[in-house]
Amino acid sequence: MGTLNPTHTSFLSGIDQEITPQEKQEMRDSIVGSIYSCAEAIAERVINHEQNYKSELDRKIDNVVTSRLLGIPIMLALLGAVLWLTVTGANYPSQALAALLFRIQDQLTTLFTLAGAPAWLHGVLVLGMYRGLAWVVSVMLPPMAIFFPLFTLLEDLGYLPRVAFNLDRCFKKACAHGKQALTMCMGFGCNAAGVISCRIIESPRERLIAILTNNFVPCNGRFPTLITLSMIFMGGLAASAYGAAAATAVVVSLVLVGVMITLLISWLLSKTILKGVPSFFTLELPPYRKPKVGSILIRSLLDRTIFVLGRAVMVAAPAGAVTWILANIYIGDMSVIAHLAGWLDPFGRLLGLDGIILMAFILGLPANEIVLPIMIMSYLSSGTMLELDSLHALRALLADNGWTWLTALCMMLFSLLHYPCGTTILTIYKETKSIKWTVLSVLMPLGTAILITLIAAQLASLF
Amino acid sequence: MLQTIIPLSRLPNGAAGRVASLSARGLIRRHLLDLGLVTGARVEAIRRSPAGDPAAFNIKGALIALRNEDADRILIAID
Amino acid sequence: MESTSQLFGLNPLPDQLVVALAGNPNTGKSTVFNALTGLNQHTGNWPGKTVLRAEGSFMHRDKKILLVDLPGTYSLLATSADEQTARDFICLGRPQATVVVADATCLERNLNLALQVMEISSRVVVCVNLMDEARRRGIRVDVEALSSELGAPCIATAARDGLGLDKLKDAILDMAAGITDTSPRQVSYEPHVEQAAAQLEARIRPFLPGWANCRWVALRLLEGDSGIIRAICSSLDDDSEKVFLKEGAAAWAR
Ligand SMILES: Nc1nc2c(ncn2[C@@H]2O[C@H](COP(=O)(O)OP(=O)(O)O)[C@@H](O)[C@H]2O)c(=O)[nH]1
Ligand SMILES: [Mg+2]
Repeated sequence: MGTLNPTHTSFLSGIDQEITPQEKQEMRDSIVGSIYSCAEAIAERVINHEQNYKSELDRKIDNVVTSRLLGIPIMLALLGAVLWLTVTGANYPSQALAALLFRIQDQLTTLFTLAGAPAWLHGVLVLGMYRGLAWVVSVMLPPMAIFFPLFTLLEDLGYLPRVAFNLDRCFKKACAHGKQALTMCMGFGCNAAGVISCRIIESPRERLIAILTNNFVPCNGRFPTLITLSMIFMGGLAASAYGAAAATAVVVSLVLVGVMITLLISWLLSKTILKGVPSFFTLELPPYRKPKVGSILIRSLLDRTIFVLGRAVMVAAPAGAVTWILANIYIGDMSVIAHLAGWLDPFGRLLGLDGIILMAFILGLPANEIVLPIMIMSYLSSGTMLELDSLHALRALLADNGWTWLTALCMMLFSLLHYPCGTTILTIYKETKSIKWTVLSVLMPLGTAILITLIAAQLASLF
Repeated sequence: MLQTIIPLSRLPNGAAGRVASLSARGLIRRHLLDLGLVTGARVEAIRRSPAGDPAAFNIKGALIALRNEDADRILIAID
Repeated sequence: MESTSQLFGLNPLPDQLVVALAGNPNTGKSTVFNALTGLNQHTGNWPGKTVLRAEGSFMHRDKKILLVDLPGTYSLLATSADEQTARDFICLGRPQATVVVADATCLERNLNLALQVMEISSRVVVCVNLMDEARRRGIRVDVEALSSELGAPCIATAARDGLGLDKLKDAILDMAAGITDTSPRQVSYEPHVEQAAAQLEARIRPFLPGWANCRWVALRLLEGDSGIIRAICSSLDDDSEKVFLKEGAAAWAR
């Protein structure tokens, strides 16, 4: 002990500096060449091609899905199909689940009454926590259980890289990276996952752009809001095939708006604070593989559905309790919620929303999935208690509170754009290790959301 | 025999050639080498995306998409 | 010596063998991983296409194995953050064995990675996956011959259908437990490269005590792979710092 060795860093980097870049490049060319020729030699000795196979089927599929004419329409059609299946398929189980869960609520209430529990305890636990949970589960579980397996199927088939291939030109125009399309696909599942997946982008500048804009693809926590509202206000409750199609079309258009905003903001960022030219881009288009349906079902249900739902439940329970408490503590003759909502109301009206909706977005910061439930609970707390076991009841509730299709549209736009959820913000901080970028990742979408809803609301009020 | 040398970006779909040299430097060069674009490696142009750029190439058995300006930096000797 | 795996946030049980799963993208790493670990897995990040890494455990012949699924890479000379995760783990995490999952339908590209991994570690098992797909395309891979060419056990599998996995488990366990003798094939470089590498190796060897593969480090220095050099340095500096701290603590105790 006692000798102060120079650190390894300075020793090795000293050697590193002795070698010129030109020498390094020659060495590297030679080294990589040798490894590849060794690999080639081995492969030649152990492989025996029995017939000259060409992956005809792969080529045929690619000819269609990346064709000039059909490439983009097929992409949209697939997105539409996935969403349509989700919308139509989720409708019935959602209602059945809601009915079941609210029946349990009644039984819990009876139990509490029998046990002689105080009203506030019943309020916090049953009307707050349990009801928040029941909402989240019945609204989110069915669409997720349909959406995730379908999405995993597309992923496993090898289709997603083709999306990136088709769209790369747009991203290049926006000075962004083609793989950003892949990170956006991941964002459909969960924005936090989308942000992490930005690691596949080599260039730090383009990776940052992808991270900052990932929020503009609606994640699974927001899809139920979009789907529910479009079913109620645009799809005529999706009772008919026509209604479901209309609702799907609305959600697809919203996704497209999100994509366009992503491209626009990426371009703006590239021209302002993240200046630079596109770096290089390579993307493997893997062969199509027949997926194993059983394991897709298990994995997407276990990993994704339960994962997302679990997270939602963890946040929804306390948020439900908080909402109930806020709705039941009175200052003067108004509850805290009413005060808050009243205070936010003028600004909300400007954006085509109202105070309660804005408050729900603020309280819903920890997780997007609870925005709708908080909003509903707040409406319920100020009105008569009705049994919300169907979309009809929800429509009646919203209409009672002055909703029109414009309110729904503005809420959907705001939900699409507003800001990343708490988990995602944390993830952005972990990935960028910078407060500055994290703050920007919140403020930039918020500004965008306010601007767009403002424009939409004001335009509509002109007519 | 005289060989024609063209940038990879100009290789028409269905045509093939061998890597003659890379004019890319630094990180891009590393990345291209790692993908198997070593001197002498066979490359076949397979398809182009709807907008014509990027294009996908068969490089040692994998289908890999490159943007035009990157493919420009790979010089190909046509068989 | 304490396991370097801990640097990577892994906490293997004392009797658990750490095994890394590497390979090019889309070779079926995650499929192999799922097939081996079943539901005994934990993913630190979003599951699905591997972005971070997933870890899972399984038992084979009464031995516990901790399996780590790494993101796919074409080579160890990584450029993206996600490839770095894989590379750093193989280079510095010192798993007891590394499984290279290779795609039988384009072996050459996959052997490129396998050869690179074998330059770092002698405890490598090659899993030649997608054998069913290769057969369908009329490609026959002589796995025996491949094993002797590489000097490392090669196991044919079709992970999606669960074929060959028992043999793979045997091979992994034998390798991780140190039962298998290996003499991994080393790539021979052009004479001027070999010469320069040998000279540099002799120079750096005294400064890298306990680092098994100075030739490999020398080659990376020659080609100026600054990323990996930085990673090695910081891990070495960490190590010596730890030694230093330990000595300090021991001195205090006295
Ligand atoms: N035919 C066949 N397909 C496989 C096999 N192993 C994996 N796959 C498929 O190959 C695709 C990619 O597998 P994945 O495990 O995600 O690869 P990774 O990127 O290396 O993790 C999936 O669609 C799998 O179902 C196999 O042995 N045979
Ligand atoms: Mg994987």
